[in-house]
Amino acid sequence: MTTRRTILKTMAAAGALSIWDAPIRYAFASAATDRRFVVVIQRGAMDGLAAVPPHGDKDYSSVRGSLAIANPLDLDGFFGLHPALTNVKAMYDAKEAAVFQNICSPYRDRSHFDGQNVLETGGTGPHVLQDGWLNRALTPLGLGDGEHALAVAQTAPLLLSGPARTTTWMPAVLPAPDEAFLARTRQLYARDPALLASLNSAMDMQAQAQNAMDDPAARGAMGGGGNGYGNLTPLFTGAGKLLAAAEGPRVAVLDTGGWDTHFNQGSSDGQLARRLQALDGGLDALKTALGSAWSKTAIVMATEFGRTVHPNGSGGTDHGTGGAAFIMGGAVAGGAVHAEWTGLSAAALQDGRDQPARTDLRALFKGLLAEHMGVSNAALQSTIFPDSAGAAPLKGLIRA
Amino acid sequence: MSLEGAIAAHRFGLGARPGEIDRASRDPKTWLLTQINTPAEAPVPLDGGSFRTGGELVVEMLQYQREQAMARRNGGGGDPVKKFFQTRVKMFNDELAARYAHGFTTDKPFAERLVWFWSNHFVVSAQNPRATTLVGAFEREAIRPNITGKFEDMVLAATSHPAMLLYLDNAQSVGPDSTAGQRFGKGRNENLGRELMELYTLGVDGGYTQADVIAMANILTGWTLNPAGQNNGFAYYENRHEPGDVTLRGRTYPPTLEGGIAAIKDLANDPATARHIAAKLATHFIADVPPPASVARLEKTFKETRGDLRALAHAIVEDPAAWTPGAGKMRTPVEYVTAGYRMLDLPKGDSAATDKQVRGALAAARLMGQVPLAPPAPKGWPDTSDAWSGPDAVLMRIEWAKQVGHAMPPTLDAAAIAEMGMGPLLQPDTKTLMARAESQSDALAFLICSPEFQRR
Repeated sequence: MTTRRTILKTMAAAGALSIWDAPIRYAFASAATDRRFVVVIQRGAMDGLAAVPPHGDKDYSSVRGSLAIANPLDLDGFFGLHPALTNVKAMYDAKEAAVFQNICSPYRDRSHFDGQNVLETGGTGPHVLQDGWLNRALTPLGLGDGEHALAVAQTAPLLLSGPARTTTWMPAVLPAPDEAFLARTRQLYARDPALLASLNSAMDMQAQAQNAMDDPAARGAMGGGGNGYGNLTPLFTGAGKLLAAAEGPRVAVLDTGGWDTHFNQGSSDGQLARRLQALDGGLDALKTALGSAWSKTAIVMATEFGRTVHPNGSGGTDHGTGGAAFIMGGAVAGGAVHAEWTGLSAAALQDGRDQPARTDLRALFKGLLAEHMGVSNAALQSTIFPDSAGAAPLKGLIRA
Repeated sequence: MSLEGAIAAHRFGLGARPGEIDRASRDPKTWLLTQINTPAEAPVPLDGGSFRTGGELVVEMLQYQREQAMARRNGGGGDPVKKFFQTRVKMFNDELAARYAHGFTTDKPFAERLVWFWSNHFVVSAQNPRATTLVGAFEREAIRPNITGKFEDMVLAATSHPAMLLYLDNAQSVGPDSTAGQRFGKGRNENLGRELMELYTLGVDGGYTQADVIAMANILTGWTLNPAGQNNGFAYYENRHEPGDVTLRGRTYPPTLEGGIAAIKDLANDPATARHIAAKLATHFIADVPPPASVARLEKTFKETRGDLRALAHAIVEDPAAWTPGAGKMRTPVEYVTAGYRMLDLPKGDSAATDKQVRGALAAARLMGQVPLAPPAPKGWPDTSDAWSGPDAVLMRIEWAKQVGHAMPPTLDAAAIAEMGMGPLLQPDTKTLMARAESQSDALAFLICSPEFQRR
């Protein structure tokens, strides 16, 4: 598949497509802490029952039907990980990753935009707060000088927007559109035969190229997530290298998309599996790039809400409530699943359809900021997460 | 916002800037036609200053050639060539950047579309190294001032511009029986004579013979560069002109500059030319296969007005077939990125950011397959949808849409931008998909790669 695309990608690598990425300028001022804190946002509502399947739950196979994960990587005899998450499993086994279930922000409706607004602002509802909770944490941490908080994006996401100064960075080669994005574009082209035919043909070529790379050796050489769609390795590697620098950023936000799997999400294989594989490859690349700084790192990975327990009519799942979240890193007290599990029987579901939200994501964020970064309880309650008294910081997240 | 206002901004313009559909909706036809009542402004360099004229560039180029010859005689040779090559590429990219930036912000988008149309008709391609530095000057001097004038004046301006004389080799064309031809043993070059008839006037089926090509080439002998740069870089040298009257398509012309001008005017007003130009204009603004009645109407206007290009522009705007709603032609890459930037009100920021954004658009269109003013052949860039909708091109457009979407501040209201930028052209399924997108950035990306935005 060394075709014109390869040439175009090479041109893109030379900077032609980096639309207006600014070069990174670090003054290398010394940072107030050597701890690293990374937030990975999964935009689009990741399916927690696919990523962290409760294979020990008696109802799991039946409620999930064709979407049930038949061969999960077991964690504790009850919960498992999706088979694509091999690197996360290795972290879990090394007690460097922990998993949360039935977790969600305080948002209870089902709009992505509003849900992400709550996830990122840390407010009690959409548009209650105007800036990001991570930005508000920078000043108490002494990291608000514009050199120590990094958004891996062309413009900072809301999570990192606000009065404290931050910086952004993007690699010259931007990730290709993920499969879900292309699948939706294809829907739009249903009324335009010429565009549809071309997109189908282009996606077939991509798939062929991907199949050709599907032997393990080739995949390893690509850094794990190295398939055609939405490869996250360059992004996560770049972020890891910047975070590893002695005087580089201490806080970073990585954005991932492609989680809104309404159609043909697949189970052990398929669309969501490939997305998870790309993410897993990215996380491994981040760990590798962090090097010795890994031991001082805590990563939290969260999504705006979960997805429906039952599959919908098109092989996917719709917007739900409770879902899964992850913490990873050498500083994390891992090897545990934290879940107030209430089962998957009809009576246990929120509104008869969703996983309930038994843990508030703000409690997880607050716990990490407190234990890992040393943010005071006063700052957490007053400015960073106002009106969050009901979501007490989780404890025992970080190694003693 | 009316549907006609949106069609005016998209099909006749360059895609709607914020507020433009509102302005166009009051009286769409008047909004378009008012734009061509005053001369079309020319692009200016992004870093200020002004571009050099064709005449100045001819002087500079001849100076370079002397330097190069001297360097060769002295056994060197590499450096002036390298220096000129670097200058050449930079000059062209600066011209392109200015042209793109002008397209992003102009409030006379219909006038600009006419400029782009005629520049892709009278092609001088930067791919020819002799013409690279001159393509911007050519558009500014031969095309832009003439988009509402007589077609014959545009043909004359184009044919006598140093860029064209270099591009199609006429600058070196010498009548074999002329004084200079006899003395130096030089000869005629048929290139410009042929393309003048095949591409610029009569059309390939316009009914001319090889004898006509030779006759036209003889008529153009001695049309060359003015080394002093005067007269816009054009000079006519009688001692290079093939002597004797020339008969072209049944008419006889004397061996003078005036004879040549008369021959070109006759070609410009030939019935075959009227048919050729009418078909091209209709294909550009109406459809890949335009309704025969539309072509016939334009042809009639051309003949009745002796090629009055303002009257032709009016005739297109007044043609009901041009206002048919529904999927139109695919935007060319340059039209596509231009429409995207206009809708998003780009470029934004300080001069460095602006420069970067403009050059990013230029690079994006190049990856989608088009560099304006640099087509591979004198025929120009294709003007039909299938040329721009191959698998790779479509995927590249989607990738660009995604990248642009994600380069915008994530706090933007994509739905409002869609409403403002597309008006009634926005399709319900696009709206639904945008509302369900997993981020505002993705919503913008879906909008930009939607069929209604890819087409006009």
